[in-house]
Amino acid sequence: MSGTQTTYNDKVVRQFAVMTVIWGIVGMLVGVIVAAQLVWPELNMGFLHFGRLRPLHTNAVIFAFGGCALFATSYWCVQRTSHARLWGGPLVPFTFWGWQIVILLAAITLPLGITQSKEYAELEWPIDILITLVWVSYALVFFGTIAKRTVSHIYVANWFFGAFIIAVALLHLVNSAAVPVTLTKSYSVYSGVQDAMIQWWYGHNAVGFFLTAGFLGMMYYFVPKQAGRPVYSYRLSVVHFWALIFTYMWAGPHHLHYTALPDWTQSVGMVFSLILLAPSWGGMINGIMTLSGAWHKLRDDPILKFLITSLSFYGMSTFEGPMMAIKTVNALSHYTDWTVGHVHSGALGWVAMVSIGSIYYLLPKLFGKSEMYSTKLMTTHFWIATIGTVLYIASTWISGVMQGLMWRAVNADGTLAYSFVESVKGSYPFWAIRWLGGVLFLTGMLIMAYNMFKTMAGGKTQDAPVVVPAAHHA
Amino acid sequence: MSDFVSGFWNIYVIVIVLVSILACALLLYMQGKATFTPGKTMGHVWDETLEEYNNPMPKWWSWLFVFTVIFSLVYLVLYPGLGDFKGVLGWTQYGAHKAEVEKMDAAVKPLFDKYMAMDVKAVAGDKQAMEMGKRLYLTYCMQCHGADARGAKGFPNLTDTDWQYGGEPDQIKETIANGRMGVMPPHEQLGADGIKDLANYVRSLSGLPNDSVRSAKGKEAFASAGCVGCHGMDAKGMAAVGAPNLTDKVWLYGSSEATISETIAKGRQNQMPAWKEFLGDAKVHLLAAYVISLSQGAK
Repeated sequence: MSGTQTTYNDKVVRQFAVMTVIWGIVGMLVGVIVAAQLVWPELNMGFLHFGRLRPLHTNAVIFAFGGCALFATSYWCVQRTSHARLWGGPLVPFTFWGWQIVILLAAITLPLGITQSKEYAELEWPIDILITLVWVSYALVFFGTIAKRTVSHIYVANWFFGAFIIAVALLHLVNSAAVPVTLTKSYSVYSGVQDAMIQWWYGHNAVGFFLTAGFLGMMYYFVPKQAGRPVYSYRLSVVHFWALIFTYMWAGPHHLHYTALPDWTQSVGMVFSLILLAPSWGGMINGIMTLSGAWHKLRDDPILKFLITSLSFYGMSTFEGPMMAIKTVNALSHYTDWTVGHVHSGALGWVAMVSIGSIYYLLPKLFGKSEMYSTKLMTTHFWIATIGTVLYIASTWISGVMQGLMWRAVNADGTLAYSFVESVKGSYPFWAIRWLGGVLFLTGMLIMAYNMFKTMAGGKTQDAPVVVPAAHHA
Repeated sequence: MSDFVSGFWNIYVIVIVLVSILACALLLYMQGKATFTPGKTMGHVWDETLEEYNNPMPKWWSWLFVFTVIFSLVYLVLYPGLGDFKGVLGWTQYGAHKAEVEKMDAAVKPLFDKYMAMDVKAVAGDKQAMEMGKRLYLTYCMQCHGADARGAKGFPNLTDTDWQYGGEPDQIKETIANGRMGVMPPHEQLGADGIKDLANYVRSLSGLPNDSVRSAKGKEAFASAGCVGCHGMDAKGMAAVGAPNLTDKVWLYGSSEATISETIAKGRQNQMPAWKEFLGDAKVHLLAAYVISLSQGAK
């Protein structure tokens, strides 16, 4: 261990942590706007209509909010569990500023309609190249730090962060491959059903690695830390880690059930999606069981409330996912709001809640405070966010199942019982509830921002000294 | 037809799928054989407090894992999944869809046969048939012609008595079954002034306000520029080529001078898709009757 580098690099963690909250508000605000546009179509004004703003919402919440949360927590975790300062020198600030530029470029180009038209991979080729540069730097910093660790074992959280970084690099490079025509236009190198398959291999693994493996890394650091308890089962983490990262890679075809994709590919995607259930639940069990013996802490610790609730939503949506991957269930659920509800039980309930809990853990430590400015506001945030999530997913479940049933309802004379417009009309009340759920969730984020700035005020931003590893005991 | 260009890929898929599924089971089995010390940690500490218990994996969870593996293997025996192996049940999504459609077609055949045997106009007066026709319309036609069948710019209103391609039952059936391609050729060669003259003349035909000097010049152009070839000497149109009647108050694209000028200058292309292949004769018959019923009572 180098004697000159005696502190952790907390500056970059501080930057990413603050931007997590800022981008969270921006991304969720756009989400609330597009939800409102469904309920009140007259809000689709000029080019700022649903079609242009929806990719802005998804990119902002996944890559800006989720991305910043992953950078902040992985940088914090890898330093502390490697007992070493971040490796990489100027690469470290480059990952921060590079990622912010990617986000700004996305916010400009997507409303202008500059897009590759690939869901969750809309950004055009020059931005894709910048993403690649940032991501390779991120990998160098992360694995460089692992390489100079002063403990022999690599902590489980870092397995997940590492897998997430490698897999996302692979997914991004393969799916975004395109032939540029102009600075703002390119054509995918794939076509037809192969293009669709590559896209959903990417799309589902964006969920599997960006939104699951990365956030499981977060969970494996912050849950045992905040609970003050050892991780429930080392062996469970080994099995569910390898099974999860291996199996996710196969699950993409379930996005293309009953399409031009061959039957055999759909079946393979379906069975691996089912096998994914146990590996997914392994993470939930390991997180929730870590709290056994310390359940009383849940009563007055809002951070643990966020973390444990996020695991419950994680368990719920990773049960729902394999079920929806079954062809006959998918025949009902596909193209309906059920899919949207499923995604948001993962996005709001799992990804956002585990990030919020982790960022609440980090903020006081990053700004030299013993705790957040207001614990009461954290608890308020928790309840508002939970109610918002439940309203959102319950309303989209109901409207989704309703749409699926209406679309397939047939009269005795063979005609469809409902026209499409009737299913749209029937969805309005649920879209209004879904919008309200989004408003509540956004309100929670605004409370968080207030609490954050109050905590930052007058805080000291001193980097913490590197902790000497505990002596190895058998 | 095979998805594979050579027999190799067939074998490749079978092997890699089976090996991968079994690898999951093997991972679980091998790791389950480790020595566990419940309630004791692994002996590693990170960041002062982070430790891991050496607890076994929950039994119910391991069985859940095993169950999904077995389910998958059974599924791949029954259904297509292992390369070109069709599965014991011989299920295909195409076959499943076809069976469902055939079953429904057989069930409703007597009903449709009854209406097929009836004259289109008689079907248009049958209450039950028209309820079916409405539902068919709302499924297949309203995307262009609108939920109220009043059309939109470029999409004809079906509730009036104006028929671009003729309003007789056989003509409407032909329109639905085989579609229509409407082409108004561009006339930019007439020049901006000439086009404006013509537009004023066209407006005068249906009694709309117009510049009388221009419309007089436009009248000459109407005869000499070839308009009469499709719209006829009397400008009342020609159903055989879908040329609209210019003397009535029905406007497919709009009646303003600017819009008519645009139509003359740039021309128009329009298409009614052909539905015969997709819907079959019986549904076309019923829809033709429904379309006729829409304009009954209209003035």
